[in-house]
Amino acid sequence: MARAPGGAAVRTAISEVVRFDKAAARIGGRTIWADVSLTVQPGEFMAVLGPNGVGKSTLIKAALGLIPLSAGSVTVLGRPAGQSGGQIGYLPQRRSFDPGLRVRGIDVVGLGGDGERWGVPLPMAARFSPTRRAMIDRVREVIDLVGASGYAHRPIGQVSGGEQQRLLIAQALVRRPSLLMLDEPLDSLDLPNQASVAALLATICRDHDVAVMLVAHDVNPILPYLDCVAYLAGGGAACGTPEQVITSRTLTALYQTPVEVLRASDGRLVVVGEPEAPARHADRHGHTAEPR
Amino acid sequence: MRFTGASWNLAHDLRQMLAFPFMVHALRAGTIAAVLAGALGWFMVLRRQSFAGHTLAVVSFPGAAGAILLGISATAGYFAAAIAAALVIAAVPRQQGGLRGLNVGGSASAESAVTGTVQAFALASGALFVSLYGGFLSGLTDLLFGSFLGITAAQVTTLLAAAIAALAVLALIARPLFFASVDPDVAVARGVRVRLLGTVFLLLLGCGAAEVSQITGALLVFALLVMPAATAQLLTARPGVSFAATIALAVATAWLGLTTEFFSASPIGFWVTTFGFGGYALAALWRSAATALA
Repeated sequence: MARAPGGAAVRTAISEVVRFDKAAARIGGRTIWADVSLTVQPGEFMAVLGPNGVGKSTLIKAALGLIPLSAGSVTVLGRPAGQSGGQIGYLPQRRSFDPGLRVRGIDVVGLGGDGERWGVPLPMAARFSPTRRAMIDRVREVIDLVGASGYAHRPIGQVSGGEQQRLLIAQALVRRPSLLMLDEPLDSLDLPNQASVAALLATICRDHDVAVMLVAHDVNPILPYLDCVAYLAGGGAACGTPEQVITSRTLTALYQTPVEVLRASDGRLVVVGEPEAPARHADRHGHTAEPR
Repeated sequence: MRFTGASWNLAHDLRQMLAFPFMVHALRAGTIAAVLAGALGWFMVLRRQSFAGHTLAVVSFPGAAGAILLGISATAGYFAAAIAAALVIAAVPRQQGGLRGLNVGGSASAESAVTGTVQAFALASGALFVSLYGGFLSGLTDLLFGSFLGITAAQVTTLLAAAIAALAVLALIARPLFFASVDPDVAVARGVRVRLLGTVFLLLLGCGAAEVSQITGALLVFALLVMPAATAQLLTARPGVSFAATIALAVATAWLGLTTEFFSASPIGFWVTTFGFGGYALAALWRSAATALA
């Protein structure tokens, strides 16, 4: 497996980072989506959009191999889903840490490097082991990269939501992944933080050649950075550039009901007439939400 | 040497105390118990499983009472009860059922409901076994509140072997268990067997509690499990440092408790919990002062 510096060599050999081919997912007897085909190219910034409860997180989990497909296939970094764990940075849907959790941000970031290894980190390891020293340097480097040096030594439960999100992005980056998968990373951040985290992700994507697959229900904060969009609705998906997908025609066909996309004077997109999504909470606590 | 009670000559007092073999055994057993309880307790507090830990400690009471009733060794009873209870608690998913089942960090509430049920049942069974035994179980107070007077050299050796085994397993799973405790969703995606680690940890906690409760009694294991860890985690957010501090605090608490118990007439549990609670209260005061000043 390509570890730290070897990552780049592997990366060039792969033409598609993620490839869904006529994929379908069934959960609890209900088809969440079917016939989804999409690809993410190396270094591309892709958004998975759609109303809540439509199976956006399921798409990410299928790519991670956490949920089996009922039909079709998915390959990630040239291998079946679930076999490239070390090369994928994953941010699950909004975790907020218990305010009483007395563990520093830097320790949580460090788990991104070697959290699954058996054993205990030895107290003096940094002095004797070059691997360990490299890991410590790498953790510091990613913390600098996301701009979290100022608060990485505070207990993670006590920093703000935006700061936690930056630390978690750092955690996902420790092993120099070729793919970042983020499940609603902007959810429950205030507007300035949404903009700055989106800009940070775009920087990581461009400057460090990391493909980004990001689940969102609001396209606006990330719109300026997107290379392509997968819009999930009504059990299917439409893929393409934002200009191709987020249009009245495509969304109307996807929803099978009239939908209008308006562009506000500041460039923000407004989708009008999408069928009422189930209450927001449904997405957070389970896909068991009633089908619309 | 004749026992003359506490003087203000510390060296003399210590020499006097260590002249008694039972006291040497007690200090050895107390030290082993403290290290084991401190290490397990550190993870227990981190994982917010104090209630589960308390229950696993309490079940050693019906375990031992039942074993005595059946005429088998109390030690076997301690372990059987702790392992059974650990498996019951571990069987409850720490997650909301259904699909979002991957959100392993999920609900602690289902776990605490089951834990509470197990605990109530355990205490009631313990009371039943005691009454079936004929109303008078000479060791009842010892079962509940501990006794260090009767510890033999052989028991110390057994305790040491069990503690080394438990600590070896804990050391093996320490890092992934820390990952699974702090950040379960990412740990699952990284291939960490979060459920399995949780079960192994509860089994370790159960066995550790069974070991330690033979010294401190069923009701007071908890003091050594929770107090040092809670205090140390208040003092520092650096995992390595707070782990070491937990062990140090646990050992200090056990030594202070045993020494004070030797020179006074009150039961050991009182002193252990007093020192534990005192330490925690000081740490909490210090933490809130530090927060207020920051």
